Amino acid sequence: MSQGNMRLKLHIWRQKGASAPGAMKTYEVTANEHMSFLEMLDVLNQELIEKGEEPVAFDHDCREGICGSCNMVINGHPHGPQRGTTACQLHMRTFKDGDEIFVEPWRARAFPIIKDLVVDRTAFDRIIASGGYVSVNSGSAPDANEILIGRDDAEEAFEYAACIGCGACVAACKNASAMLFTAAKFAHLEKLPQGQVESDRRAVEMVMQHDAEGFGACTNQYECEAACPKEISVTSIAMLNRAYRRAALSSKS
Amino acid sequence: MQSLLRFLGSTVGAKFLMALTGVLLALFVVGHLSGNFLLYKGQDAMNDYAEMLQGLGPALWIVRLGLLAVFATHIYYGIRLKRRNAAARPVNYAHEDTIQASFASRSMILTGLVVLAFVAMHLAHFTLGWLDAEAYDLKQTVQRDGQPFERHDVFGMVVAGFHNDVFVILYAFAMVVLGLHLSHGLHSLFQTLGFRHPAYTPWIERIGRGLAWVLAVGFLSIPLAVRFGFIAAAGGGDAG
Ligand code: HEM
Ligand code: FES
Repeated sequence: MSQGNMRLKLHIWRQKGASAPGAMKTYEVTANEHMSFLEMLDVLNQELIEKGEEPVAFDHDCREGICGSCNMVINGHPHGPQRGTTACQLHMRTFKDGDEIFVEPWRARAFPIIKDLVVDRTAFDRIIASGGYVSVNSGSAPDANEILIGRDDAEEAFEYAACIGCGACVAACKNASAMLFTAAKFAHLEKLPQGQVESDRRAVEMVMQHDAEGFGACTNQYECEAACPKEISVTSIAMLNRAYRRAALSSKS
Repeated sequence: MQSLLRFLGSTVGAKFLMALTGVLLALFVVGHLSGNFLLYKGQDAMNDYAEMLQGLGPALWIVRLGLLAVFATHIYYGIRLKRRNAAARPVNYAHEDTIQASFASRSMILTGLVVLAFVAMHLAHFTLGWLDAEAYDLKQTVQRDGQPFERHDVFGMVVAGFHNDVFVILYAFAMVVLGLHLSHGLHSLFQTLGFRHPAYTPWIERIGRGLAWVLAVGFLSIPLAVRFGFIAAAGGGDAG
């Protein structure tokens, strides 16, 4: 076997469509340690196409760790074993010759499977639409630094804003809870003066939408934080818990 | 009112209630253990305390009913949360793995239900006297105003009770399980209530776990101390 090549046994979830039954199927492939995980799947798919078989469907777009679409659970870990890394940025050198690798879609009632590894994450869009925005007048652009924001707050807001909405938090959570996503999208606005105005309504609406989508409840195990490719902190969840309690209990309705 | 109901119906609100009732239950556990430690002081100290509690009359019943309501709420919401969470992932992973979640955090419903079963047994044993009527009926005679006075011998009941190895093992097991439940619960509740801080949280986790095991070992020490003769009926010392 040539330099850096490895022979792998893959167990991949195959499912033709949303309502079709699915099953794990086993494949063998030769990959090179310089490939990314997605490139390894590309090699497998090319072989499948040449054999006249259906290639494995998986989402991908940027392949540089910023779009959040390359979602798959690799050996029980969303985006694979390396911390702070999306599947597209995962190098095959984290595996070795002879390894067996399980590749599965995100598993959550709120993320129905579209095909193979591709799931429908529009539940996230609906959570954002419920309150994950600020209402602003769209007149002429305001002056820069018109509203002063302390550096620490700006930094923290940026850290929460790093969420790429991939859904790894849901996939990792034992309860398929989307609290880390919801809280990150809440917290990056909460930390800024522009976000304060609608804070109460935002907290209530986003939690209600999160629940309505059928995600589970957070039980403070922090699997989400460990799986998050952007390493977003569960401090955001404590912030949302606090804001939601204040807002929901003081609401007039 | 509507907003309160909506709050309690939400995942975040339900967890808030779990944490609140959990704190109250944990405070009861601390109080109960402090009372139990009187067993180490001896028969009179323990029985005085028990008599004082009985003497509270209606106040005792108010506390008992309150505790029951708190316990029932904690259990109801615990089971409801568990069912909701199981429904949120209808299909499990073929290759399931855990990155960092502790064993205790993953078995909260299980350890909770074992504690529930234990509480039922414990009440039947020492509060209602169904399991060991002979021990339950023990009386201590004390002098009151120069007159002999008979009272419930709680100390004797516990000592007699733990001369049965089946009970020693059941109690010891249940206390380890309670320790597990609290080793997650006592720090998890801070996050639920919205308190997280880079400097304090690591300490809250350490102290929470430590306290959980201090409580478990404290309770556990009593059946063991009786079984091995460190706590013995006055003048008797008739261990095992
Ligand atoms: C002496 C009795 C008990 C004490 C002191 C206690 C204490 C606690 C505490 C402090 C929490 C943490 C709440 C949080 O995470 O915010 C908790 C959670 C929990 N308890 Fe209990 N508990 C007791 C009995 C029970 C019983 C009988 C059940 C049975 C159903 C139960 C089931 C649960 C569940 C399911 C959770 C939620 C765990 C999670 O969010 O991961 N507990 N308990
Ligand atoms: S493909 Fe965009 S993050 Fe991986």
